[in-house]
Amino acid sequence: MSAALILDGVTKSFGALRASDNVNIAIEANHCHAVIGPNGAGKSTLIGQITGEIRPDAGRIRFFDQDITDWTTPRRALAGLGRSFQITQLCADFSALDNVALAVQARQGHSYRFLRAAHSDERLRGPAMAALERVGLAERAGTRVDALSHGERRQLELAAALASEPRMLVLDEPMAGMGPQESERMIEILQSLRGKVTILLVEHDMDAVFALADRISVLVNGAVLTTADPAAVRADPAVRAAYLGAPAP
Amino acid sequence: MPFSRQTIAGLLIAACLIAVPYAAPLMGGNYAITLATRVVIVAIAASSLDLLIGRGALVSFGHAAYFGLGAYVVAIASFHLANDIPILGWAGSNEALVVWPLAMLISGVAALIIGALSLRTSGVYFIMITLAFAQMIYFVFVALKYYGGDDGLALNSRNLFAGERITDARSFYWISLGALALCLFIQWRLVVSRFGMALRGAASNERRMAALGFSVYGYRLVAFVIAGMMAGLAGALSANLNRFVSPDMMGWVRSGGFMVMVIMGGVSSLLGPVIGAATYLLVETALAGWTEHWEVVFGPFVLLVALFAPRGIWGLLRGRACE
Ligand SMILES: Nc1ncnc2c1ncn2[C@@H]1O[C@H](COP(=O)(O)OP(=O)(O)OP(=O)(O)O)[C@@H](O)[C@H]1O
Ligand SMILES: [Mg+2]
Repeated sequence: MSAALILDGVTKSFGALRASDNVNIAIEANHCHAVIGPNGAGKSTLIGQITGEIRPDAGRIRFFDQDITDWTTPRRALAGLGRSFQITQLCADFSALDNVALAVQARQGHSYRFLRAAHSDERLRGPAMAALERVGLAERAGTRVDALSHGERRQLELAAALASEPRMLVLDEPMAGMGPQESERMIEILQSLRGKVTILLVEHDMDAVFALADRISVLVNGAVLTTADPAAVRADPAVRAAYLGAPAP
Repeated sequence: MPFSRQTIAGLLIAACLIAVPYAAPLMGGNYAITLATRVVIVAIAASSLDLLIGRGALVSFGHAAYFGLGAYVVAIASFHLANDIPILGWAGSNEALVVWPLAMLISGVAALIIGALSLRTSGVYFIMITLAFAQMIYFVFVALKYYGGDDGLALNSRNLFAGERITDARSFYWISLGALALCLFIQWRLVVSRFGMALRGAASNERRMAALGFSVYGYRLVAFVIAGMMAGLAGALSANLNRFVSPDMMGWVRSGGFMVMVIMGGVSSLLGPVIGAATYLLVETALAGWTEHWEVVFGPFVLLVALFAPRGIWGLLRGRACE
């Protein structure tokens, strides 16, 4: 198998707390790999280490045959690592379209370009508009982010991630706080990406996880309890006890 | 297309600035033109600071350093020429087209070095470190007795402009106004360009920008250097206007003054700092003619503006219109 991302013994402590405890995960290219686990299990901390916001204490991270452990966040992003945040991180005083256009701009190379107006640049607006359409936000293109609803902001996060045309998408609870219809749409969009983009999906919505994931890792107290196929995870009594919260049938 | 309040306010300001030399004879002649020239020059420095504060969310508290350096470059070049003492093998110069770009270059290099170090910090630390660097430069010039130290340095004459003497106050006003127009035009292009989007995005949400692939440090540094160069040009013009430079031009009081102009006029707007500079200098002049303790009145005035116009005077003028 060709791996898109390999976490090799990734370990991170916050004081006495082991947020990542010797995590070993390999994510196959173009697979959707879900990471589930209870609150505080260390899922976001793991994502932080993958995207470069948090430095692991030990372990290596490989992304398509390159060791990216020491790379900065922007460098990883330009290498094709796109993400969404658990708590929305957007430019609140920019329009929805501008937020996505920034993603397109980043992908098109350095921004030491001083002469041409970005707003009238079709090379930015075209792809940005397409990404907004894809997530169903086209009519809201001109609206400032701080006037968007919570669900719309979640969609915008995804649009920005899509617009940067990543090789791998790292999504931290993309459905959190969404209504059922918005969740449906999100699942549909992610379905359409299956087999085309590698996805690491952290999500509490189990319907979404079982609908999308090719493999699932269960994280508890920073450590990987198990990595297996969805069916096996669903049946695993240890997983049920630790996370799914229901006794084995 | 109907004109927005913003456009009308902008046109009015432009009209006022252009009308000054024609209206001046009715309002005290050269004195009025000199005051207007000072407004225009200071507006260049204030607007360049707004590129940092307004667009980059980089609250530099040492912007006067670049202003003062630009002024000293002009004064020192003229000093060496006048006294026939070469400096580093150069005879010095009195030609504006030589020393003004040189002033911008030196200010730009200083901004590059100081920015490279300061931009590794953020928030209050950034404010303090930019202030500290500016004070260092201030004390260097206080200690430089050769160039007058504390007492400053006088220029024998204004720079020549392309070999021509700038004899009357009007010509110098037009040159200064041209420099302001050019700086505002460049800033306007910068702000709407890809570079401007990167700079403003970093101000809005640095985490988001990094996740998209922007190394924000570089964009900030370039903005810092551009702002420093524009302040240097303003300093060079100021040295010519007053035919005198002193370390006070780079002290923290001056830096604070630029900040007040930006905030009072309105951040993130091209014309806000121009209005801020005009208001600041006109109110200061009026009060200073009235009482020696003008600061006592000026302080509450600034406070009132801040209270009743949180988006600055420009924010009041343009109304609620959103971007
Ligand atoms: N910067 C930090 N400093 C100290 N402790 C931290 C820090 N970041 C996270 N933690 C702790 O590490 C543990 C893992 O946090 P993390 O956010 O990774 O969990 P999570 O699995 O994403 O949880 P959730 O499902 O609630 O998002 C938690 O106990 C959290 O309090
Ligand atoms: Mg989390």
